[in-house]
Amino acid sequence: MVTISQPAIDIAIPQPREATIRVLDLHKYYDLGETRVHALRGITMDISSGEFVAIMGASGSGKSTFMNILGCLDKPSSGRHFLDVTDVSGLGKDELAAIRNRKIGFVFQGFNLLSRTTALENVELPTLYAQVSKEEGGKRAREALDLVGLGDRSAHFPSQLSGGQQQRVAIARALVNKPSILLADEPTGNLDSRTSVEIMEILERLNNTGLTIVLVTHEHDISQFARRTIEFRDGRVRRDELVINRQTASQVLQNLPREED
Amino acid sequence: MDLFAVARIAVRALARNKMRSSLTMLGIIIGVGAVIAMVGVGQGAQQQVQQQIAAMGSNILFVGSGTVTRGGTHMGWGATKTLVYADMLAILRECPAVKAAAPGSNTSSQVVFGNDNWATRINGTEPQYFDIRNWPFQEGTAFTQEDVEMAANVAVIGESVRKNLFGATDPLGQTIRIKSLPFKVVGVLAQKGTSAAMGDDQDDVVLVPITTLQKKITGQDWLRWIMVSATSRQASYAAQEQITSLLRDRHRIRPEQDDDFMVRNLADMADLADQAGSIMTMLLASIASVSLIVGGIGIMNIMLVSVTERTREIGIRMAIGATERNVQSQFLTEAVVLSLIGGAIGIVFGMGASYLITKTLGWVVLISPLAIVTAAVFSMAVGIFFGFYPARKAARLNPIEALRYE
Repeated sequence: MVTISQPAIDIAIPQPREATIRVLDLHKYYDLGETRVHALRGITMDISSGEFVAIMGASGSGKSTFMNILGCLDKPSSGRHFLDVTDVSGLGKDELAAIRNRKIGFVFQGFNLLSRTTALENVELPTLYAQVSKEEGGKRAREALDLVGLGDRSAHFPSQLSGGQQQRVAIARALVNKPSILLADEPTGNLDSRTSVEIMEILERLNNTGLTIVLVTHEHDISQFARRTIEFRDGRVRRDELVINRQTASQVLQNLPREED
Repeated sequence: MDLFAVARIAVRALARNKMRSSLTMLGIIIGVGAVIAMVGVGQGAQQQVQQQIAAMGSNILFVGSGTVTRGGTHMGWGATKTLVYADMLAILRECPAVKAAAPGSNTSSQVVFGNDNWATRINGTEPQYFDIRNWPFQEGTAFTQEDVEMAANVAVIGESVRKNLFGATDPLGQTIRIKSLPFKVVGVLAQKGTSAAMGDDQDDVVLVPITTLQKKITGQDWLRWIMVSATSRQASYAAQEQITSLLRDRHRIRPEQDDDFMVRNLADMADLADQAGSIMTMLLASIASVSLIVGGIGIMNIMLVSVTERTREIGIRMAIGATERNVQSQFLTEAVVLSLIGGAIGIVFGMGASYLITKTLGWVVLISPLAIVTAAVFSMAVGIFFGFYPARKAARLNPIEALRYE
């Protein structure tokens, strides 16, 4: 296993937040009827604060299972999982919920916004579970929406927003409680190529401020926007390397021709 | 999250599907409305009885011949022939707690006036009866003690008899025929209305001197009842004991035998009526509660559907940091809000139904604040009880699977 230190590319990363993810010999079994699926077969990995990691792999490779565990939505069958210095593998459901609320932000392929709820209310949602006052929650939500460039659309419903805009609302929601890790599961899977790059540009910007980002994707192009790629196969890590000759999303965006409407 | 915020969120969620929420509430509305109306009818009836009993004076005792059947109802009196006039005199003489007494017997008969006739009760008694029973006259007077001594053919009629037999004609001085005997009407009693305790029309009566009834109409010389007034409400209990022991003695009843008469203290009657009234009210309320339960089942049903529909949403909330507790309270609150709002509307609906009942049937309906508060608490309880299982189900969802749900 290669332990990765800070990437060699020189970009100023002010105030790295403390989020180190460490997993040791993680195993996960599923019972599917009569068969037992060994989904993760001994994953050991470190992700340091401020990293931008892309996880790739075919379906059944274990990457989604791994993400679920990283996101504290699921528990490993065996092995240890540390968030910062806390051993998360032993925590109870409520404590895990608190971690999901405050330390981790989720972005999904299908956006997973609440319909018939405005963008602002969607973004506010995590603050409701964080014992934050209504005013504070609203304020944070507005700031998050501004951050993703949707400040003027806060009263819109998801059905009134394009796919890219919906994903941006989802990102804002993931950021509202100022987490230290952002987990994104195929965030560009439902978007066209230009919008995909726009989304990656936002993620890139966020990573530049020190946010640790772990992203799952099956698109090679998208994975190249990250700084480190990890490939899963058959429940194990097959490859773990830094991205060479990385192009930033902002550069690519500038070079992309304007879409004809 | 404070209670207000939770409630507001619940209302928003319910408002998303107004039709469905309204229909679900309908069960509770009908249930609560029915309970409120039924309890109102029951309590109104109870109050009626109490008022009538109170109007009779609080120190009245009713001595009836014949034994009381088990359960203490008024059935069965008048069966024996052992109560006699001399008993009444003895009561007056030997019971210090007794103030006044009036003898009584009765029969039914047709009463004829001109071409009209009317079947009614004929009561025989003495003039002090009207004082004891606190029964004023709207016209004329009672017959006199002399009338009693002479067994005169005079009669006092109640309002219903007057209405049905005389109509617009003034009854005073007119002659009516009872069993072919002529009687002169000397008095018309004021209206008393339906007896809430016995259910009969108190104004449907003709009163004549006891002697006249016994000698000329029935040929029976025993009494069916003696109406007694005690010196005070307190004394009525003592009077009851005194009369009982006196009559047992006079009728030579051995210690192990039952009384061959009954003495009803009005206070007892008031209690009995109260008891009967409470039982009836509870019975009515129980029947009405069935619809409340059905309403609750409706809530559970809809909440289960709602939970299934919102599986994805629940998964999202859990991913964002909602605990099982958060999810459970969210759905439980929705159920409670549904049932509380339904309950509130139901209370209004019940009050409206009660008003309608009073208007159309003429029954007195009494809706107490206690009934309203109880109904509100009950509907909340229904919401909590029937909302619990769906809320639990929601809380127990696996977030990963929930997120995958289509």
